[in-house]
Amino acid sequence: MSEAVPLPAPPAGRTLWQDARIRLLRNRAAVASLVVLALMTLICSFGPWFTGHPYDRVYQDYVRVPASLSAYPKAEALPAAVQRIASRIRATSSEITVEAQEVRLVLTAQRPIDQRLLVYFDRSDQFGTPRLLASEQDGRRLALAVPIKRQHFLLGTDSNGRDLLTRTLVAGRVSLAIGLLATGVALVIGVVYGATAGYLGGRIDMVMMRIVDVLYSLPFIFLVILLVVFFGRNFILMFLAVGAIEWLDMARIVRGQTLSIKRQDYVLAAEALGVSTGGILKRHVIPNTLGPVIVYVTLLVPKVILLESFLSFLGLGVQEPMTSWGVLISDGARAIQATPWMLVFPAVFLVTTLFALNFLGDGLRDALDPRDR
Amino acid sequence: MLTYILRRFATAIPTLFVIVTLSFFLMRLAPGGPFDLEQPLEAKVMENLRRIYQLDQPLHAQYLTYLGALLRGDFGPSFYFRDFSIAELFAQGLPVSMRLGASALLLALTIGGPLGALAAFRQNGGADHAVMGFATAGITIPNFVVAPVLQIVFGLSLAWLPVGGWNGGAFRNTVLPIMTLALPQIAVIARMTRAAMIETLRANHIRTLRAQGLSGATIALHAGRGAALPVISYLGPAAASLLTGSVVVETIFGIPGIGRYFVEGALNRDYTLVMGTVVVVAIFVLVFNLVVDILYALLDPRVRLD
Repeated sequence: MSEAVPLPAPPAGRTLWQDARIRLLRNRAAVASLVVLALMTLICSFGPWFTGHPYDRVYQDYVRVPASLSAYPKAEALPAAVQRIASRIRATSSEITVEAQEVRLVLTAQRPIDQRLLVYFDRSDQFGTPRLLASEQDGRRLALAVPIKRQHFLLGTDSNGRDLLTRTLVAGRVSLAIGLLATGVALVIGVVYGATAGYLGGRIDMVMMRIVDVLYSLPFIFLVILLVVFFGRNFILMFLAVGAIEWLDMARIVRGQTLSIKRQDYVLAAEALGVSTGGILKRHVIPNTLGPVIVYVTLLVPKVILLESFLSFLGLGVQEPMTSWGVLISDGARAIQATPWMLVFPAVFLVTTLFALNFLGDGLRDALDPRDR
Repeated sequence: MLTYILRRFATAIPTLFVIVTLSFFLMRLAPGGPFDLEQPLEAKVMENLRRIYQLDQPLHAQYLTYLGALLRGDFGPSFYFRDFSIAELFAQGLPVSMRLGASALLLALTIGGPLGALAAFRQNGGADHAVMGFATAGITIPNFVVAPVLQIVFGLSLAWLPVGGWNGGAFRNTVLPIMTLALPQIAVIARMTRAAMIETLRANHIRTLRAQGLSGATIALHAGRGAALPVISYLGPAAASLLTGSVVVETIFGIPGIGRYFVEGALNRDYTLVMGTVVVVAIFVLVFNLVVDILYALLDPRVRLD
């Protein structure tokens, strides 16, 4: 007896999603955008712990310092800084020599110098605790070695002397979280509402969509500002509410999709088998509307982030010391002439993210469009 | 055609009524009132003010009063700009906003349309990628970044144009605001034109034209008519929002338009100002939607208005 010849495996078909993934991965702009977005999420989530500065720490000695790869304080700025502190101690400094790790100097005064005043060196952001090398003329002449505190401000500091890199990354957390949060709310409401209206049809559909039409014709800014007035400065609540406004488009898209899906045979079959309405919606209708919904979601996230920055520009967004890209950009835009880096760096972060989201959305649309196959 | 327009206006009235009612009560739900200052007014003064502005009456009575006034075309006095009525504020600001918005729209159409068409004809070529890159930038860079950059470059570094101000509507003062307003519109119009054009270029009648060996310009002209439809339906709401002014642009460039009134009115609980703005914006939206429908019927013979 010959062994049973195994039947040749049936040709493996590609599901819509496999096909879409292949087409998406072939789109270089979309893949690059995915990578950029992943990186951006990573550095915004974990970056603030590695910059060495808390986002709300004020460095009074470093207000509006420009971006620099080398450490602060700069060697050429040290003598002036030493002199400023010396004048607070009511002494004059001389023989200042700057070395790699410390500054050596001599303080002289008319009267004996109170050594407790040397704490001014400690208090500044630039120096550590001074060491007394020699005390001459009954304490009227002190020789000191003051260690230098080296700090990096890779993107400079803002007008309060806070590290801009840390603030930009923390702002990224806030902006991305807000974008995702509001979009999530819009997604849930829009999909459920649209699928229900489309599937039930008839008079219920008409009433539900008329409600959408009315909400649609209310001016958007009006609603947003009212929400700000209602919820005050609680931006989490506010963006839940913004999401609750942004679902209108989503509902329309899903309803349109549902109308065509519910005439498909598999839905009729499910109905004939006695599956409940909720079950059909969950199992058949909603999963099949996902293509256009995903595309819309990737385009809605940047829209919400932009909306947040717009509100922050009006002073209605996130409140100090918390920050978001919109807050940083509007601060930077006001001080653009004196401190251009305060506008440039947050704007680069924001625009990069929005660019990536838009390219990803376009790529997804092309990948999921059945006509383009 | 005329009966169609009249019928549309008739159906617009209930919509307008719903909008007015909703926004009236929403606005009143917000805590605080127009006369809540940092230092509270004396009780007697407050009482008098509330009586003068009829805020002491029950809400439904105020609503009926407002609705009655609105039907007579009276928007009422402003609570915040004490010396002006809402009608006076709009008479000053609306022409300014409309002029800027219309210029920006015109500019966006004349640049965005051809750019989008060019990208469609050179699909996946260098020109296409350049246009789409520019368009994405135009959508993603917020206007409150664009405006200060333009001010720095053209106002301060090159010193060609004034940094801000209206100056009685001198042309030099309008250039930068118009550019700021037009940039995102150029981007959107270019994207939409490209998408619609690509779709149209695959259609049978265009293939026939190609087969007949007609020139590119002729084909573009024929395809343009079909491709214009989605762009026009976008332009309706866009025109309405452009012509009613932009908060950001008017604030940054110091322009006396009506874009600021929404924000100022809502934050100061200037009830009549907010309501007036809502009504004006709603009327613009309704009118431009009507214009879009008429244009649609003119461009696409399959669409019949009756």
